[in-house]
Amino acid sequence: MRVLVAMSGGVDSSVAAALCVDAGHEVVGATLKLWGGPSDSGCCSVADVDDARRVAQQLGVAHHVFNFADEFKDDVVGPYVAEHARGRTPNPCIECNRHIKFDRLLERAHRLGFDRLATGHHAQVRAVRRDGRDRFELRRGADASKDQSYVLSMLGQAQLERVVFPVGHLTKAHVRAEARRLGLRTAAKPDSQDVCFVHGGAGRGGFLGERLELHPASIVDGETGEALGTVDAVELVTVGQRRGIVAAGARRYAVDVDVPSRRVTVATAERAAVDEVELDPRGVTWVDAPLRDGDDAFAQMSAHGKPARCTVHFDEVTDTRDVTTPGDDAAVNHTPQRRLRVRFVAPQRPVAPGQTLAWYAASDRDLVVGAGIVAAPGRRLGDGALR
Amino acid sequence: MTHPTPRDEPPLTYLDHAASTPVRPEVRAAMAPCATEIFGHASGSHRQARAARTALEDAREQLAALLGAEPREVVFTSGGTESDNLAVFGVLGAARRARGKEGGPTIAISSAVEHSAVLEPCRVAAQRLEDVEHRAIGVDASGAIDLDELAAMLRAEGAKVALVSVMLANNEVGTVQPLADVAELVGRLAPHAALHTDAVQAAPWLDLAAAASGADLVSISAHKLGGPKGAGALVVRGDRRLDAIVVGGGQERERRAGTHDVAGAVGLATALAASAACRDEEAVRVGALRDRLADGICSTVPDVLETAGRKGVLPGHCHLCFTGVDREELVVLLDASGVCVSGGAACASGALEPSHVLAAMGVAREAARGAIRFSLGHTTTAADVDRALAVVPEAVGRLRA
Repeated sequence: MRVLVAMSGGVDSSVAAALCVDAGHEVVGATLKLWGGPSDSGCCSVADVDDARRVAQQLGVAHHVFNFADEFKDDVVGPYVAEHARGRTPNPCIECNRHIKFDRLLERAHRLGFDRLATGHHAQVRAVRRDGRDRFELRRGADASKDQSYVLSMLGQAQLERVVFPVGHLTKAHVRAEARRLGLRTAAKPDSQDVCFVHGGAGRGGFLGERLELHPASIVDGETGEALGTVDAVELVTVGQRRGIVAAGARRYAVDVDVPSRRVTVATAERAAVDEVELDPRGVTWVDAPLRDGDDAFAQMSAHGKPARCTVHFDEVTDTRDVTTPGDDAAVNHTPQRRLRVRFVAPQRPVAPGQTLAWYAASDRDLVVGAGIVAAPGRRLGDGALR
Repeated sequence: MTHPTPRDEPPLTYLDHAASTPVRPEVRAAMAPCATEIFGHASGSHRQARAARTALEDAREQLAALLGAEPREVVFTSGGTESDNLAVFGVLGAARRARGKEGGPTIAISSAVEHSAVLEPCRVAAQRLEDVEHRAIGVDASGAIDLDELAAMLRAEGAKVALVSVMLANNEVGTVQPLADVAELVGRLAPHAALHTDAVQAAPWLDLAAAASGADLVSISAHKLGGPKGAGALVVRGDRRLDAIVVGGGQERERRAGTHDVAGAVGLATALAASAACRDEEAVRVGALRDRLADGICSTVPDVLETAGRKGVLPGHCHLCFTGVDREELVVLLDASGVCVSGGAACASGALEPSHVLAAMGVAREAARGAIRFSLGHTTTAADVDRALAVVPEAVGRLRA
């Protein structure tokens, strides 16, 4: 098969390429140029491109650099900034996977005659036969501590059919051992941690501060309404965060970020916990068959978060005043809206609007079922309710 | 780690001579003794040094004659980029110092389509040196500098202009610039300004002694001529003051320090001589191959723009814009079939950057997105054109499907 391997310059994609060569495929490596800004020290910097190119040379395969910088700016960075301006916390790596890696790059691979796109992600695709048809499962990587299925949870059949994850069934230790055995330059290279366009030094605050006007806000206790202090930049506060919330007494967590009102609402851990979150029904993707109203599943709300048992509810709502429609300030709709609620069995830490919630099967918590984006701060039900 | 043997690779169809071109056999032969017998430091005082010095000066004289210059006017450098850097920083630095506190900016004027080896030094000089400004003159749809705009700029700025840099031919689209007209304007309207021309791309095709005679500084590069990489020269006419950028041992009359790359100098001179010896015939031969390639592609592939036209373009250049195609993808597909072409200039990471040349020429973004440069040279044969014609239309069709 002809396989295009997306090579970031890291050890995982290096070994992924090596494994494809070993398997006898016709391999070409490609590194994406996504960002050339001043914070060019994260993933896919010039140094990373050089590393990827060198590994390709060592493996005897051709290597190209694809410039997707414009698309990255439009599809990932622009929305990242815009969402923060609204007090939401998107996951740019997920949006990059959604729009760039498994959309534009996947299409390019197809146009160039490749049968598969391979990446170094720790996840697994498994072909199964179901109801007489070939279907594709997306499963967690074998190394639980490195599992990346969460950031791939938006993929569907059309993508999974053409994607391979050659290192997904290996532990990280095994991957590094293999890289050392092959003498690859990247064998000992540390994993990249940060968002690729955010520099370790200035951080997210520095990055956003250059692109957004940041505003101070008051910190308000969600229970008593008492003013507890201020934050320098409301746009940088993430629901669920505790750091930076300076207030006397017990530790408090941000439970709501209201940019227009310049207000961060906080609560103690006990009071901040949520029983359910609401997702934007328009942004939901399914790996294969969708969950139905009343189905159980596991919900994971961060890259390595502990999955939580939940039940999914699809409500038909005709009274639009009940519907939180993210992206619009006023839902002026006269058509019935669907509302998508995820009710947790046990109270969870609050989840920031804009974050991805990935579902795993109730009967098989390594199997990804689908994903959605959290629309509004979650809520506590019953007498725990704050509002 | 051993390189696994590549699978059956398709035959090589090399059509990127504007980027670099194979070293000529006579050049390799001329350079070989420099690794064995003639290895001395040319600045030394003994027999071995003299041998190296002699070879160096022989090369210098040969080069000077071909370029219509005096031997003392030839400065050996590490290539076209260094020559351009020396011209820009050298002239601007010296001019700025000469101007002193007199006031008023020191101005560098260039065309908007210069190679980055000229544009970047202009930009950096403006950034680093106090009171230095860079002005870019636009070009027409064929890529030729707008002489009226240049004249107006020269009239407006007059004595403040220290440097005018206009390439003899553009590396991307191949347009030959009206350098004689530029020289006339500069001589008349800004007589104290130095006229520099980057002749790197033009050198294989034009007689520089004639075509660049009006320029005060001329850059050339060996590896575009069938010579080695890492060698070039800058002609500096007269006794012009230049601020050297590589200083140390004072070689090249204090213009460019460093142990002489005698092999490189010999390679450069031999390459230019070999190129000049058959220049006219090659222009005809390669021009015909280029015409067959361009005609062949344009007649079988719809929606193709011959970017700079055919007239006034170097004989080896065939720059085409395939609308509705991504040049990155086309380069990859052609590469898979053994056809080597260029999609444009690359940035530090190797990714293609948007072309400032096409932008200056007013080429629409959709067309520029599919820009490919085919460039033919001294080793190109009819078989290369045949193979390209067999591959290109299908590849384009595939990407447009």
